[in-house]
Amino acid sequence: MKKAGKNGKRKLEKAHLRLRVNGEEVEVAFAPHKTLLEVLREDLRLTGTKHGCELGECGCCAVLVDGRPVLSCLALGVAMEGHEVTTVEGMAVGTELHPLQQTFAELGAAQCGYCTPGILLTAKALLEHIPRPSRDEIKEALAGNLCRCTGYIKILEAVELAAARMAGEKAEPAKETIYGWE
Amino acid sequence: MAGNNGGKRSLRVVGKPFVKVDAKAKCIGELKYADDLFLPRMLHTKLLRSTVPHARIVHIDVSKAKAYPGVHAVLTGADLPPITYGALPVSEDEHPLAVGKVRMVGDPVAAVAAVDEDVATEALDLVAVEYEPLPVITSIQDAYATAEPRIHEYGEFGNIHRRQAYEFGSIEAGFAEADYVREDITFYEGSTHLALEQHASLAQFSHDGKLTLWTSTQDMHYLHRHLAKVLEMPASHIRVIATPNGGGFGGKCDPFNHEIVVCKLAMVTGRPVKICLTREEVFYCHRGRHPVLMSTKTGYKKDGSITAMHHRTILDGGAYGGHGVASTFYTGILQPTTYKLPNYRFEAVRVFTNKAPCGPKRGHGTPQPRWAQEIQMDKIADQLGLDPAEMRKQHAIAPNSITANWIRIGTLSLRQCIDKVVAGSGWKDKFRKLAYGKGIGIACSAYMTGTQTPIYYNKLPHSGVQLKLDRSGGVCVFCGSAEIGQGSDSILAYIVAEVLGIGPFDIRVVTGDTDLTPVDLGSYSSRVTLMTGNAAIEAAERARHMLREAVAAKLEVPSERLSFADRRVFDSENPEKGVSFVDAVCLAEEKYGTLGTTGSYKPPAAPGKYKGATIGPSPAFSCTAAIAEVEVNPETGIIVVPRIWIAHDIGQAINPVLAVGQIEGCVYMGLGEALMEEMAYRGNRNLVHKFPSFLEYKSPTTLEMCDVITYLVEEPDANGPFGAKEVGQGPQLPVPPAIANAVYDAVGIRVDEVPITPDKVLKAIRAKAKGQEGRYGPSAFPTCPMPPTMVVPTPWQGGDGKALEREPALTKK
Repeated sequence: MKKAGKNGKRKLEKAHLRLRVNGEEVEVAFAPHKTLLEVLREDLRLTGTKHGCELGECGCCAVLVDGRPVLSCLALGVAMEGHEVTTVEGMAVGTELHPLQQTFAELGAAQCGYCTPGILLTAKALLEHIPRPSRDEIKEALAGNLCRCTGYIKILEAVELAAARMAGEKAEPAKETIYGWE
Repeated sequence: MAGNNGGKRSLRVVGKPFVKVDAKAKCIGELKYADDLFLPRMLHTKLLRSTVPHARIVHIDVSKAKAYPGVHAVLTGADLPPITYGALPVSEDEHPLAVGKVRMVGDPVAAVAAVDEDVATEALDLVAVEYEPLPVITSIQDAYATAEPRIHEYGEFGNIHRRQAYEFGSIEAGFAEADYVREDITFYEGSTHLALEQHASLAQFSHDGKLTLWTSTQDMHYLHRHLAKVLEMPASHIRVIATPNGGGFGGKCDPFNHEIVVCKLAMVTGRPVKICLTREEVFYCHRGRHPVLMSTKTGYKKDGSITAMHHRTILDGGAYGGHGVASTFYTGILQPTTYKLPNYRFEAVRVFTNKAPCGPKRGHGTPQPRWAQEIQMDKIADQLGLDPAEMRKQHAIAPNSITANWIRIGTLSLRQCIDKVVAGSGWKDKFRKLAYGKGIGIACSAYMTGTQTPIYYNKLPHSGVQLKLDRSGGVCVFCGSAEIGQGSDSILAYIVAEVLGIGPFDIRVVTGDTDLTPVDLGSYSSRVTLMTGNAAIEAAERARHMLREAVAAKLEVPSERLSFADRRVFDSENPEKGVSFVDAVCLAEEKYGTLGTTGSYKPPAAPGKYKGATIGPSPAFSCTAAIAEVEVNPETGIIVVPRIWIAHDIGQAINPVLAVGQIEGCVYMGLGEALMEEMAYRGNRNLVHKFPSFLEYKSPTTLEMCDVITYLVEEPDANGPFGAKEVGQGPQLPVPPAIANAVYDAVGIRVDEVPITPDKVLKAIRAKAKGQEGRYGPSAFPTCPMPPTMVVPTPWQGGDGKALEREPALTKK
């Protein structure tokens, strides 16, 4: 197309970085004003990371940077050099789901699934910090992640179930969680 | 009924908590939503939106934007055919890009397609628009008072979009029979869906002249028709693919301007074109809950039985029609489906205002009238000294009955639902017995499972399913339904697996693609499980018949003795004798040739014959009872809801864990509407939204969400697949009034409008302390000239479902 060549007004030099994402080193070149969210989704095509506002308000885009939850829409891609970034694509090991992914699937904690990646990663960071959190601690940790489908209940239950399993228990969901109360 | 095949016989898949077919894809980030799609050479679109609420467009100059490097196309309303569209045929009042005038802040005026979003955004700044401001209509009161200018040139008159008036039986006679009559004026504020996924669409125009649109839509089929109309293309040349919706709640039901615009831009540029709306734009797309002002005058006896109701509603529709005419009906037409109501008059008005258009949000038009009646019921019980739970139970509508407005009710276990929550919550030990500041309240509801009529008139099936089976043993289900997170894809797999005796993960489900899948009307009105489920049963039973005949011939066993289970087809009298499911499919393919079956579903006819009788009837009604416990701080007015008990008659849960999840989601959304969510505008500042962002539009987080104790009441309904009824919307209805009633129990004040915010609570508490009425809410109900009332005799008056006299002038001034 003839107009393609006309995009010459903004001659931004692309930043050329080596990043560690999900345990792998990747080389990527991108406009330096791009957020980590944009770099992940647009340049690395890791579209598992979602966005609901791009203003740091909903928690959909949460990823882990050096194991801590970060809203990727508020972080610059260029600031990630030398840091370890984990996205939802990096949670499973091979074909084995992370216990949180397994319990979220089992309990229907992912309804539309759009807030799920951000919540899974935030919960993962919580469980690494507090292996057996109380219900209140889970609520506190996930208070910045909005979900419009579930009313959060199945999410809280899934985090508790995963925590129990990660502690080596053969935990199953409560009967009421699955079938409601008698 | 095919749908009830086997009833409660031993089910292997239905009723079991299987993981959803797409759950793991969602949990590993593999599922592709619309904005996750990228095509080579793809352009990005941004829309220039109106900065003024009501104005004539004097001039638009796009020349600078067109010349901007990286811009490939700029469109205005003049570049599209002058064809309007809109969700309902009676109010097709939208243009993809404004033509002549703008009607709200956020109306799209121009569109830019450019190499990336940044360039497109920069180019928008170069579009010059000259507006000539028009007087702004901000509210119901404004709309009533302002005949000119009209926001639209159609409608009843002035800025009145729609009026309707019905009387079923005689309220005059009903009021005469009553021991008491009371009128309550209540208000239900508008709120928005706030789905986490921002609307996104990607269009591609191929050199064979075919157009493909991937888009986050709940109603792909209707969108398909609108695209054909507005783009002036044969529908058969357009393919709409409904990508998995990152939440819908009714917010992705309308055909949207941005969907049409990216199609046009793809056709103009010859390149794929994508748009993803910003969160602020999503707020202006809206189509959410209508703000509704209501007057509910009810006659009742000393036992709390209702003798008559005169229910009036006024809807603030915003700038466009959308689904608004249907919403208008729903603010009253389901009122007689919960408690016995022998005489009922319903009058409704919808007005246009210069705000974001309202439409269908979870419960579509019914949470508002439910709010009005349920808080009034609480006042009635209080006045009569009756237990409000017992009173509701006593007057709950009977199963297998016909309402005053000719809606047929099948199964309805409302009494059982009330018993469940009363027992579970310890109601009898708590009601009017808790310390000041703590309270408990109850409310109930009923809701439809799909509508009897499609949005545009036709006699075609509402849902179609195709099944493909082949020698691999593979079964593929094709259906035009749209997965919005409710689990509709999984329901298809569960039902087909149940009928064919295989596992749900043996099945491939293909949905939401107008080229590949048969028509289903979409994910709205809680219709999907019932309608796609019944169509799937029919398709699967036809396949089972072929497999059974083929296996019977091979095994020399009478075909009626063959059973399907555990991936085998076998002699039920001698289970050892049988073949694998794969072999059964091979035998059938050998006998019949290539295997494929279809199933369709169309709801049964409703008994009402009057004009408008097609809105309201449903194949099956669910019902719900909810009890809320609250803590009200009388110093701050802050309400905390620790717990809600909720019982829902679902008929049969196809998957209990998903059903419980839907109920919890309904409680959550009801809690948000009850306490904090509101679409608020700055009336004195250009009618812009007060807070079009996640941060300022308050919705419950994990910290505000209450505990939920859910009870599934299962009494299979003959019209539901395996007896199933809806669960996605109905359970929201009783939540806000249960909370309001609990607030009264806690601190003795009535807040008769949602959201029940701390300032309103405090005002009512202070008024009460001064000896005034402890109430916050509207006190006036404006009137406008109404059309002649359509009078319809009730079944118990010996009516035949027709109106007494036809009123030809209903929609005209």
